[in-house]
Amino acid sequence: MSSIPKNLRYTETHEWARLEADGTVTIGITDYAQHQMGEIVMVELPRKGHQAARGASLGALEAVKTASDYYSPVDGTVEDANTKLESDPGLVNTDCYGAGWLAVVKPSDPSQLDSLMDASGYARHTGE
Amino acid sequence: MDRKTPLYDRHSALGARIEPFAGYLMPIQYSGIMAEHMAVRKKAGLFDLSHMGEFMVEGPGALDFLDMLLTNNADVEPGKAYYSTMCYPDGGIVDDLIVYRLSESEYLMVVNAANLDKDWAWVSSHARGCDVRITNRSDETALVAIQGPEAQKIASKFTDTDLDSIPYYAHRSGAVAGRSAIIARTGYTGEDGFEFYVSSGDATAVWDAVMDDSASSRIVPVGLGARDTLRLEVGYVLYGNDIDHTTTPLEAKLGWVVKLASGKDFIGREVLARQKEEGTARSLVGLRVEGRGVIRHGTDLYSGESRVGVVTSGTMAPALGVSVGLGYVEKALAKTGTPLEAEIRGSRVPVKVVKIPFYTTGSRRQA
Repeated sequence: MSSIPKNLRYTETHEWARLEADGTVTIGITDYAQHQMGEIVMVELPRKGHQAARGASLGALEAVKTASDYYSPVDGTVEDANTKLESDPGLVNTDCYGAGWLAVVKPSDPSQLDSLMDASGYARHTGE
Repeated sequence: MDRKTPLYDRHSALGARIEPFAGYLMPIQYSGIMAEHMAVRKKAGLFDLSHMGEFMVEGPGALDFLDMLLTNNADVEPGKAYYSTMCYPDGGIVDDLIVYRLSESEYLMVVNAANLDKDWAWVSSHARGCDVRITNRSDETALVAIQGPEAQKIASKFTDTDLDSIPYYAHRSGAVAGRSAIIARTGYTGEDGFEFYVSSGDATAVWDAVMDDSASSRIVPVGLGARDTLRLEVGYVLYGNDIDHTTTPLEAKLGWVVKLASGKDFIGREVLARQKEEGTARSLVGLRVEGRGVIRHGTDLYSGESRVGVVTSGTMAPALGVSVGLGYVEKALAKTGTPLEAEIRGSRVPVKVVKIPFYTTGSRRQA
């Protein structure tokens, strides 16, 4: 049973999104996703200023056995990326909803967040 | 329908991640690949390898039969084992395997689970007219392994057999946890270790005895995930990844198990002899990523603008902290130190041809 915080929005590709007070959206991968991947050994981050497109790749995660892209839940501009993960990629496993966040995007249309799944929808999506 | 090994319930109870592999539901990891990998490097790990295939070859013609079928020489002493490839007439590899000589006229072939049916068909089709009896013992045989620098210390708790009397690539019959076993000092990790071949019905007794003592021995169960990173760190090839019917042992740097000089005739000899004479167009090499990125099976390799090869296995090497892999490159680029580039998600990342094994300080004994 993986952790699915109630205050976040979710994509079908297992990213979470949190609307911050300043209007930006913080993005990471879910507990379910990090568990599926196993130990993350390298994180490829987007550059600041990168034009993110909803559903398009923002970067990639390398686990011991597999690699997987992660996708932007919204259109917008990348404002920040978690460079701490370059030296400590395991944070994605140990604290995926906290210190293991991946990027911050300034959405061009914040209403896109409304079309993402809520916690109960995501729980159904993962079969939990 | 995927099959279960006799230890499936044990893996399940340990909370292992279980996935289909070669037609079996196998434990991929328990605590995590990194921790399991390092446990085998530093102490010891316990493996369920019961998915592997076992064929008995018995009879006065056993030696000649295996010498015809396999590229390596079968005339090792009883009590010894050898690694070999088994080739098609065109030199492509049917499988790679370990053969244990149990007595003058009895051998045990241990083949890859993924190739079990294909191998059995191949081996049986060549047995006709030879003075041998072959038996597929895969269902009745379980394989439990202890690997790591402390393997002997731990294994000696469960057997009266003098383990010091078993050198690398040798074996003896004995009892393990009170069950009769073939005790072999073989493995696929680069560490010292033992493989216990037991009856399927005895697998849980052996596994439980080792696990019941694990609080004291600190041995941990290890899944197929770490088995793969362990073998790759020491540059052992994996059938289906690094070798298959389209590669020859000479291309795969397995020339040491192709006994052309012995004069024996074996399937594939003609093509392999010619390849040895003329040289191969490509060669398996060790690769180390010099930049950021992990190379994987299928990653393309470049020299300048030309595609010059492909990665066949790759991983982040847990004991080394760098990304390494195996791959085939054009012969002219196979020299140690050659700089190449890997294409990872559309970007070129520098890689270098390096010596195999990547991990050189394992506890594996010398033959």
